[in-house]
Amino acid sequence: MRVVGRSVPRQEGLDKARGAARYVDDLRFPGMLHARTIRTTIPRGELLGVRLGFDPNGFTIVDHRDVPGRNVVALIQEDQPFLVEREVRHAEEAVLLLAHEDKETLATARVDLEYRREEPVLDPERSSHAFKQIAIGKGDLGRGFAQADLVVEGEYRTGRQEHVAIEPQGVIAVPSADGMTVIGSLQCPFYVQKALAVLLGLPPQSVRVVQAETGGGFGGKEDYPSIVAGHAALLARKAGRPVKLVYDRLEEMAATTKRHPSIVRHRTGVARDGRLTALEIEVLFDGGAYCTLSPVVLSRGCLHATGPYSCDNVSVRGRVVRTNTPPCGAFRGFGAPQTVFAAEVQMERVAEALGMDPVRLRERNALRPGDTTATGQRLGEDASALAVLREAVKRSGYHHKRRAWRGTGRGIGLALFHHGAGFTGSGEVMLASRAALELTPRGARVLVASTEMGQGARTTLAQIVAEALGVPLGRIEVAEPDTARVPDSGPTVASRTCMVVGRLLEACALEMKARLGGLSPAAYLKRHGPLTITRQYEPPPRGAWDDSTYRGDAYGTFGWGCTVAEVELDPVSYELRPTRVTAVAEIGRAVNPLMAAGQVEGGTAQGLGFALLEEVVMRDGRMANAQLTNYLVPTTLDTPPIDVTILESPYRRGPFGAKGIGEMPMSGPGPAVANAARSLGLDVRCLPITPERVLECASSSTESVPTSTRRR
Amino acid sequence: MRFVLNGKRADVDAPPLKRLLDVLREDCGLTGTKEGCGEGECGACTVLVDGVPVNACLVPFAHARGRRVTTIEGVRGRAAAAFAREGGTQCGICTPGVVMAAATLGPRPTAARVRAALAGNLCRCTGYAGIVRALAGRRAAPRPRVLAASRAAKTTRG
Repeated sequence: MRVVGRSVPRQEGLDKARGAARYVDDLRFPGMLHARTIRTTIPRGELLGVRLGFDPNGFTIVDHRDVPGRNVVALIQEDQPFLVEREVRHAEEAVLLLAHEDKETLATARVDLEYRREEPVLDPERSSHAFKQIAIGKGDLGRGFAQADLVVEGEYRTGRQEHVAIEPQGVIAVPSADGMTVIGSLQCPFYVQKALAVLLGLPPQSVRVVQAETGGGFGGKEDYPSIVAGHAALLARKAGRPVKLVYDRLEEMAATTKRHPSIVRHRTGVARDGRLTALEIEVLFDGGAYCTLSPVVLSRGCLHATGPYSCDNVSVRGRVVRTNTPPCGAFRGFGAPQTVFAAEVQMERVAEALGMDPVRLRERNALRPGDTTATGQRLGEDASALAVLREAVKRSGYHHKRRAWRGTGRGIGLALFHHGAGFTGSGEVMLASRAALELTPRGARVLVASTEMGQGARTTLAQIVAEALGVPLGRIEVAEPDTARVPDSGPTVASRTCMVVGRLLEACALEMKARLGGLSPAAYLKRHGPLTITRQYEPPPRGAWDDSTYRGDAYGTFGWGCTVAEVELDPVSYELRPTRVTAVAEIGRAVNPLMAAGQVEGGTAQGLGFALLEEVVMRDGRMANAQLTNYLVPTTLDTPPIDVTILESPYRRGPFGAKGIGEMPMSGPGPAVANAARSLGLDVRCLPITPERVLECASSSTESVPTSTRRR
Repeated sequence: MRFVLNGKRADVDAPPLKRLLDVLREDCGLTGTKEGCGEGECGACTVLVDGVPVNACLVPFAHARGRRVTTIEGVRGRAAAAFAREGGTQCGICTPGVVMAAATLGPRPTAARVRAALAGNLCRCTGYAGIVRALAGRRAAPRPRVLAASRAAKTTRG
């Protein structure tokens, strides 16, 4: 009766497909009010006055003076207020909150803000304030460049990206005599609890946070729900009634976090035989107006900046800076898709400079078991760069297509990458996550704060427990994430849930099985009473991370991926259309192969959007295209067939060998598509590759762009 | 105002310019129809009016007078099970709209027909692969492969 490794259907799949699953906007409470946020319209200045242009009768109105605790969003730095007091640091910053029982009345209420405007900093290269700087060094860069036969330099840029979870941000706050309950669309219940305790001046246990069914997260519901929940809670507290705050699409796009825009510069030394001798890399991220999670996004970006390659002499220097734009935050990949884009286009250009096959150059330098990374982490037997590269190249027919398509309007390109699974550095040690398993008459109930947001956590965690406990899957329940009932198993981010929380649950299940000693759950409960097993994360025995020197094991382990993109250039519209993608991912063990593949398929599609379509246009520090009409995400017709192969190379410290997977697929399509464009003679160094960019590249390119497209 | 809702006669008192989406969710209590964008781009609110898929966020309630409106709650058949089985639903917020838009496809559609019929439905989770598998079948859209890394290709010769 093996259940790990089987593609069992998603637990809540039928409810979702029948429209029976209940999301936050589907819930109503007696006496509930609706809420709205009044926001700044200038990027920088001083707020001088707020004028109400409506009859306040029947409204609940909240500003910063209604904060009972501290007006800061508790996260890494306490620099961001829930509500503007005087200083305006970006447009779309919340100033005033309104609640009313009638949505129409609420929508028509007019508020005028008066400011003194200051000159904003909108260009990250001109910002003088860094939230975080990082330096990673290995070997001797001077010696590395001295050994080089060739030096290749390049600058690469990527823009903001919006998550576009189809369900926008939303919460309902329900006040009680001694605290606050929040039900919401969110990834990290305990983050929200912590932020609300500080805002409301309450002990954490007086704030109860419950996750509703969540319609997509992708990082957009990692840190931002703390703000939405805080606003709803302030209104609910003042009104003494439940308050629902659900964003519409425009507000969701204009005001919430984005993927950090990046500028990455490479200087690469390479020997004639293709061996990398020196990698000098500079990373600049635009963090927006407040710190949010920027330091850790930068950290992950820098730790993936070399790509999955071995080199003795490395310098990576990174900065994330402040500008007067809405803050950037977590987004699937968390800094890595930006730096992997730069690394993999640079690799392609190094191969061109050497006149070497780009696959051979990558094979020559790919990290192998026993190699050490830039931080000195020695890789285990599950270092699978070569396996994913070779499988993807063979499966896609890369070499044949590259030859056959020369001189046509069709192109093919690839990207090789890895992705650290779990929190960076000492993050997991500091989180010290706890997971629990409670014996029930039929089997067991999983108690974790890890959230289901579409990725399949609810089902895969149940599979791990069923397998370890040796009971049918149908006897395992997963409790609703509710801070009043479950231990803090950490945030549902960083591709950590299956690997880290799953491992804790595996240990709980094994101990529970031993305690049962052959008794059925019902018989045990009758004889001995209730049984709950709790396990806490234990640091690995070696490779401790040093945050001050950036040396040691940056991650427990890495997943490995290779993406091959095939594209066609429309000679009339200059659209670059993906026609097929081959994606190979090594993830340790696929607990649920179809769900694992679903992460690769979905991440690849989101990566294709990042590569080709998704462009946030900023005007005076505000998103000018905050609608799905002109911020384009891939439709069925923009997304080609994606051929997925999952490779398994078990990781010793993952449940049944599983590693993380969720974020990694996001890194491949950007550089793979850019490299496919290169094979068409387009020197693309910037994402997204819109028709306008293709036109620019075509007119600046020395080679002519093929003007005819030969169809198969 | 009278109309036929999921095969039964309905009489709902709501303003004629209220969005059909809000009438269904608030006045009829049918929350299976979701709001994703409110601008007719994402298709999460797709319902059938006289058998034709429409975005309920763009349709005023007056438009439903005397017509047959079908929502996800009125759909029977095997589609839901296929979505659950083939990975056609992840976060699930787009799924009711996708199922409704696909309701007009006949039996055993090709992958190309499925893609054309669903071009107005955004899904941010699946890359549409599981959706195409659920509707066109595994022959038209194969499931992914799983291999031991040790059995992966040893060379790059295609």
